[in-house]
Amino acid sequence: MTDENTPIDAIDREIIEATQEGLPLTPQPYHDIAENLGLDAAEVIHRFKRMLAEGIIRRIAVVPNHYALGFKANGMSVWNVPDEHVREMGVKIGALDFVSHCYHRPRHLPDWPYNFFAMVHGRDRDEVEIKAEKISQLLGENDLEHRILYSTRILKKTGFRLQKSSRSS
Amino acid sequence: MDEADRRIINALQTGIPVCDHPYAECAAELDMTEEELLRRLASLREAGILSRIGPMYHAERLGGGLALVAMSVPPEDFDRVTEQVNAFDEVAHNYERDHKLNMWFVLATEKTERVKQVLSEIEEITGYPTYNMPKIEEFFVGLRFDV
Repeated sequence: MTDENTPIDAIDREIIEATQEGLPLTPQPYHDIAENLGLDAAEVIHRFKRMLAEGIIRRIAVVPNHYALGFKANGMSVWNVPDEHVREMGVKIGALDFVSHCYHRPRHLPDWPYNFFAMVHGRDRDEVEIKAEKISQLLGENDLEHRILYSTRILKKTGFRLQKSSRSS
Repeated sequence: MDEADRRIINALQTGIPVCDHPYAECAAELDMTEEELLRRLASLREAGILSRIGPMYHAERLGGGLALVAMSVPPEDFDRVTEQVNAFDEVAHNYERDHKLNMWFVLATEKTERVKQVLSEIEEITGYPTYNMPKIEEFFVGLRFDV
């Protein structure tokens, strides 16, 4: 569990590469992956379960395109919170149902004083601002300053990809 | 998108099981046939309402590096820099945002040390500094939209 080295072997890697575009939409997707890779279905199922348990796979699920669903305002709220309170506040803010990602990150002074990021999605900017106001209330005096950065354009969205394994073995 | 599609999206964001007949299992809970669920999933993906159906891998747990990086790029250079940054396979997402730091991208690399290399290559090619903001701690990651 505490092994920081790559916790996947060559077979895991083949399975990951085979599912980068997603799971087959067939009655027995894990069996089909197994068949394509020349593996036993039970082994593929076992490996998926293991990778889920180890957190290598966050989850196997559908991912909606939030723009297509009408959540068009994508607000990255950034906060300057005293370092000693970030953890306590992070747990509180992370529990809010409208916060999708929540991180402690380094400041870059003097240009960037913000060390706490919470991604807030809403149907429009008004909805995002109301939600950010709730975060501000929860932070109380720990909200030294904040702002919301809206995305004005998606420049690229491909997601995580394993590089072609030809270079390394 | 109709009521059945909404129920599918709401239910399957939480998870698709790992078992012999995962879609049949989901379909039973949604009170529809496996055939109908598969057909609807295919058309939701086709229509771009679902951007993905399948496993979401955790880059760092695969032994890789992950970083959020910002740049401040003047408007006259924005298109050029966008092209140069996006050309790196390691750049997974890139957004323009309304701030002096107007370009924000996520780097996902297979090896941790590659993050620094990519950033110095980007600085060299574009001529602009990068602000690396790797996470220090993660409190919550989960995207869930009720529709």
